[in-house]
Amino acid sequence: MGKVTFIEHDQTKHVAEFKHGSSLMQIAVDNAIPGIDGDCGGECACGTCHVIIADEWFSKTGVPNEEEEQMLSMTPERASTSRLGCQVIATDAMDGIFVYLPEFQM
Amino acid sequence: MSTISKTLYDIQSHVINATSKIVPMHRQIHGLKLLMGAKKKAFGTRRPVPEFVESAIPDVNTLALEDIDVSNPFLYRQDQWRAYFKRLRDEAPVHYQKKSPFGPFWSVTRYEDIMFVDKRHDLFSAEPQIILGDPPEGLSVEMFIAMDPPKHDVQRSSVQGVVAPKNLKELEDLIRSRTKDVLDSLPLEKPFNWVPMVSKELTGRMLATLLDFPYEERHKLVEWSDRMAGAASATGGEFADEGSMFDAAADMARSFSKLWRDKEARRAAGEEAGFDLISLLQSNEDTKDLINRPMEFIGNLTLLIVGGNDTTRNSMSGGLVAMKKFPQEFKKLKAKPELIPNMVSEIIRWQTPLAYMRRIAKQDVELGGDTIKKGDRVVMWYASGNRDERKFENPDDFVIDRRDARNHMSFGYGVHRCMGNRLAELQLRILWEELLKRFDKIEVVAEPELVQSNFVRGYSELMVKLSPKNDS
Repeated sequence: MGKVTFIEHDQTKHVAEFKHGSSLMQIAVDNAIPGIDGDCGGECACGTCHVIIADEWFSKTGVPNEEEEQMLSMTPERASTSRLGCQVIATDAMDGIFVYLPEFQM
Repeated sequence: MSTISKTLYDIQSHVINATSKIVPMHRQIHGLKLLMGAKKKAFGTRRPVPEFVESAIPDVNTLALEDIDVSNPFLYRQDQWRAYFKRLRDEAPVHYQKKSPFGPFWSVTRYEDIMFVDKRHDLFSAEPQIILGDPPEGLSVEMFIAMDPPKHDVQRSSVQGVVAPKNLKELEDLIRSRTKDVLDSLPLEKPFNWVPMVSKELTGRMLATLLDFPYEERHKLVEWSDRMAGAASATGGEFADEGSMFDAAADMARSFSKLWRDKEARRAAGEEAGFDLISLLQSNEDTKDLINRPMEFIGNLTLLIVGGNDTTRNSMSGGLVAMKKFPQEFKKLKAKPELIPNMVSEIIRWQTPLAYMRRIAKQDVELGGDTIKKGDRVVMWYASGNRDERKFENPDDFVIDRRDARNHMSFGYGVHRCMGNRLAELQLRILWEELLKRFDKIEVVAEPELVQSNFVRGYSELMVKLSPKNDS
């Protein structure tokens, strides 16, 4: 178990609890967090669960693979700590993580 | 493409690119038309241009599996497509048709399998075309929807800024004011054809803005787009005269070259770059000399006008048709207008304005128990995936509060996912917001007329009668 704080583009904060092993996209969708769509259902095929990880937490989230990198390159709001929520699997080391949401999901 | 024709094609592209600085682009295209005409006289065509004459399509259950041909451009018009695709999904989800007028091809019809093919650009190439048939010979334009990574990524990223959040926010007010103008000018209590007066008008205005194209000439964008997407050889569309396609392409090349040069001159004179597509292409290192690569130049502009034309237009019409067939949904919408965003996704799922995208296998691939051979054409039928019972509950029903409407396949998935998806949704959302403010009843008063195509699922005529709200 752990906690994740999603911060919308207008700075609204949403705290959600997670179980080890679920993806950030799934956690957001299960908790009806606005600003994450997840159109492809977690296939790394649409880019609509784009999140920006707070700098200090980025190293805990692993590294995007080539497929994810390609989908991320398609979003105009790409930042240096961008990830696709469906590809970030929550671990105990991520308890307390801050995740920013882009203004739009492309 | 055979090796010889590929070589000829490469030589042709090379010559066109090399001469583009001295010969105006529209003259080059005219030259190509003459060259192709002469070549056909001398050597014949590679495959005869199919001529499509409508006849009654048989009940799918009377056919052997191997005889099912979903490339028939009248399947949608005759409302047979649901039964045909259901049989394929149930009995042959990866199906081979050996002898269609467009040549042999595989059909992939289940949601999950389509997702697989769309994601695996390493196995399935989008080159050289994404439509089932061939474009007119010699007019094989290059566009990034039909390129594989990494070239695709470079070209797409140079134009995606036009639909970036910053632009979308600026566009919202403009779209709303235009939508209001168009809706306020419509006749009341009297049937009219919704397609030209609303769907084409609104999408035409949007395209002119995105391209910063002369506003009073915007109907040309719509005509070119219809012409390019409606080639008989490519999609079974109504335009069988290949010569007229060259004329349309030449006309388009002339207009866009002029637009490009004008912008270049204005920029050189110190004017600030706009946020339209051509300015974006000119601002990008990789595409700033696109005009010297005519087939790519025309291709990418064609892509952007076709991409923003048939798609949104037919969703604007399709929403009304869906409401006519499922009238309780209109009551639901009036009671809960906050359902509009989800309804927009559901309209796009239900309509699926473009039926498919095509790929070519880059190697032998096992799928659904069959082996797709290297070089085979593979068609991902989004229109079928969107009606797959394995994914969507009661898939043929139009349900504006459908829980998973957003999972529809109409935008495609993977690296070629629709770039204009958010803009399309914005246009549709605003249209419905403004419709609900004005009209109590929106009645479709006659059976719509449907377009001839295996690619575009659209309407040419939709007679509608509007009744205003009492309080307005």
